[in-house]
Amino acid sequence: MTMAQTTRPVLMRRVRLLDAARHTDLVGDILVADGRIVSSGPSVEVAPEACIVIDGEGLVCSPGFIDLHAHLREPGYEYKETIATGAAAAARGGFTTICCMPNTDPPIDSEPMIEFVLRRAREAGLIRVLPIGCITRERKGRELADLEEMAAAGAVAFSDDGDPVQDANLMRMALTYGADLNRPVSNHCQDMLLSADGLMAEGSVATRLGLPGIPPAAEDAMIARDIALAGSTGGKLHVAHVSTVGSVPLVRRAKELGLHVTAEVCPHHLTITDEWAMGGHGSGAGPSEWAYDTSTKVYPPLRSHIDVYALVEGLADGTIDCIATDHAPHDVASKQVTYHDAAFGISVLETALGSIMQLANNGHIPLATLIDRLTAGPARVLGPEYLELASLAPGTPADLVLFDPNEEWTVDSSEFASKGRNTPLDGTKLRGRVVATIAAGRMVHKSSVLSVQEDHDS
Amino acid sequence: MTVRENTDKILAHDAVSADGLPARRHVLDLDDYSRYELESALASTHSMAEVLGRDIKKVPALRGKVVVTLFYEASTRTRVSFEEAGKILSADVINMSATGSSADKGESLLNTGLTLQAMGVDTLVVRHPHAGAPNFLARNLDRVNIVNAGDGLHAHPTQALLDLYTVQSRMGCVEGLKVVIVGDVLHSRVARSGIWGFAKMGARVVLSGPRTLMPLDFVTEAQYHDGVGLASKVEFDPDLDRAVIDADVVMALRLQSERQRGGFLPSIREYIRRWQVNDARLARANPDVLVMHPGPMNEGIEISSGLAHGSRSAIEEQVTAGVAVRMAVLYQLNAGAEE
Repeated sequence: MTMAQTTRPVLMRRVRLLDAARHTDLVGDILVADGRIVSSGPSVEVAPEACIVIDGEGLVCSPGFIDLHAHLREPGYEYKETIATGAAAAARGGFTTICCMPNTDPPIDSEPMIEFVLRRAREAGLIRVLPIGCITRERKGRELADLEEMAAAGAVAFSDDGDPVQDANLMRMALTYGADLNRPVSNHCQDMLLSADGLMAEGSVATRLGLPGIPPAAEDAMIARDIALAGSTGGKLHVAHVSTVGSVPLVRRAKELGLHVTAEVCPHHLTITDEWAMGGHGSGAGPSEWAYDTSTKVYPPLRSHIDVYALVEGLADGTIDCIATDHAPHDVASKQVTYHDAAFGISVLETALGSIMQLANNGHIPLATLIDRLTAGPARVLGPEYLELASLAPGTPADLVLFDPNEEWTVDSSEFASKGRNTPLDGTKLRGRVVATIAAGRMVHKSSVLSVQEDHDS
Repeated sequence: MTVRENTDKILAHDAVSADGLPARRHVLDLDDYSRYELESALASTHSMAEVLGRDIKKVPALRGKVVVTLFYEASTRTRVSFEEAGKILSADVINMSATGSSADKGESLLNTGLTLQAMGVDTLVVRHPHAGAPNFLARNLDRVNIVNAGDGLHAHPTQALLDLYTVQSRMGCVEGLKVVIVGDVLHSRVARSGIWGFAKMGARVVLSGPRTLMPLDFVTEAQYHDGVGLASKVEFDPDLDRAVIDADVVMALRLQSERQRGGFLPSIREYIRRWQVNDARLARANPDVLVMHPGPMNEGIEISSGLAHGSRSAIEEQVTAGVAVRMAVLYQLNAGAEE
């Protein structure tokens, strides 16, 4: 695809326009040009010169998805992912903005490192990559990193993700300092003394497999601590990847108290359980050599149906603000080992929509709400200035996703743009697939099934 | 006459011949055994015990087969009994331990397995500190039978089979017995496989010990998760004096001293007072109660010396049964595949 083609105006016709922030849900046309949305609404547009015309009948167009939590592995682990391959995976998943975590080598804990990420993202040139800076220098949990300098350079949030900030006083300082920078501080909530050597969720599956369990209190206790700190400092706390039934009422209570507390949940925690570690895609199939599926090893761990229901409910009622992928790509060797030795993490970007669409297809969450949690929800966590990225209003940036809510497809990780092929969903059928992604007015992903009309006769 | 026909003839004296054994590629745990298969395995073990009782302990059943024991953890009785079992059946048995092998040089478990497969190994007997290591090898090797000789906290199926065999030999049957397993069930792969085996054979299993050393989901959640859980025959009673009432079998588990440092117990002294299996405590058990221990024992801690070596102890028989059980397992996996 040449630049000349990609910068041409794009007109989508007869498409379901879903703009959650404006409570708009109607069938109409949307025209984008010069990186901005020109018009969107029920009226039929006349295609301008040299326009790409897409018949959007049966398809949904929404603002491009925003992911607050992706591991792009660069620098240091380029064999697992790079900013370029991660951005390509994001484009295929319908994401036009992703925030990358700083647990790289070296960690992203300084102004030059923030600038490095932004430069690599510019070179990749596909979608918007926003860096998250470390809370503590070298992610060691001992002293604060240069938060102000990183914020000035473009860090949108702070996190030591992968490792929690164990020192409660240091976390208190980060929330206090971060309050004036107006950036959320996101903690990986895990009490390491409680999670100890745990490899999967505590429960009957862990018992059956003889794997040490991680008690849910390891997460709940840390969330409760951080909420107390957010309350006493006035800082902005963003709770990363909640996974327990107990986390939801904690976050709900914090919001009722008016604290600046937000939370995210991952697609896998909304859709699959620890039973998937038994192999057979959670079918409850008997034990076999397929047990100990290392692609199910993730932190926080996959948990029970009770947790899944509570998280879905929390997402539906707005307690949980957004869906974040925690995209954690790994090389094959990191997963082709015993469960004990396997790395934690799932490659999520390219299956996110298809897997969470189950919630809409099953009637658990209205599609409009689901889209809100992928667009306006994460934008609100970052701050009001990001809301224009989650809008179909004329004049806002042309970051859009076009998806078919009914297309059935089978996950084949060998076709991923991500280097990370580590997904428990490999070989499973999903319903709902991204057809095209437009970032800053350019079509950065187009499915082979989408037919576009290159000329403008209509 | 083929090797197999010959062997079957040798073994055909018993009610169930080796012919009756269901086909099986791997022995990973007892959770995928049916009761029928467990009974077949016990019958086959009985035939093997007869071979063991002969003056000349040698049959040609597995002549031309290669068995490798690959141990990533220390072991005496399990490794030796597999080696003896293989040799009595005329297999070529090669022992490998992780120390002094390529695993020491950082070779992955997968590559070690692939290398052994390429060398034409028929059966790999694996012990590994990580739960699921045998499952991992079974998934990745397509021409090798895997026998789990103990993996992490997960399973030790041949130990559980030998425990079943010992109980059946002494008590006549397993069905309907009350089996009390005492101590550190959490860290005991023997107990975990034993729970499957005893429950599937129709025994009532009662676990007793400190709650900190109980994988309680075996008892509580299992009953609600048919697809995942164990038979509802498994109970927990922290009061050992109550649990042993009318017990037919009491199995004491090894208590490692590091459990106290790990915070699981206040003290070994308190453990002894509440959960040591001893004569006084067994007064309320069935008078013919069978006392078992998978070894190695800490005499005077989880079991009193008097009981360990007394007439109700089946501990030595357990060791003898270990060889016969492993012969039966190696035979089931290797016989009948060809010729």
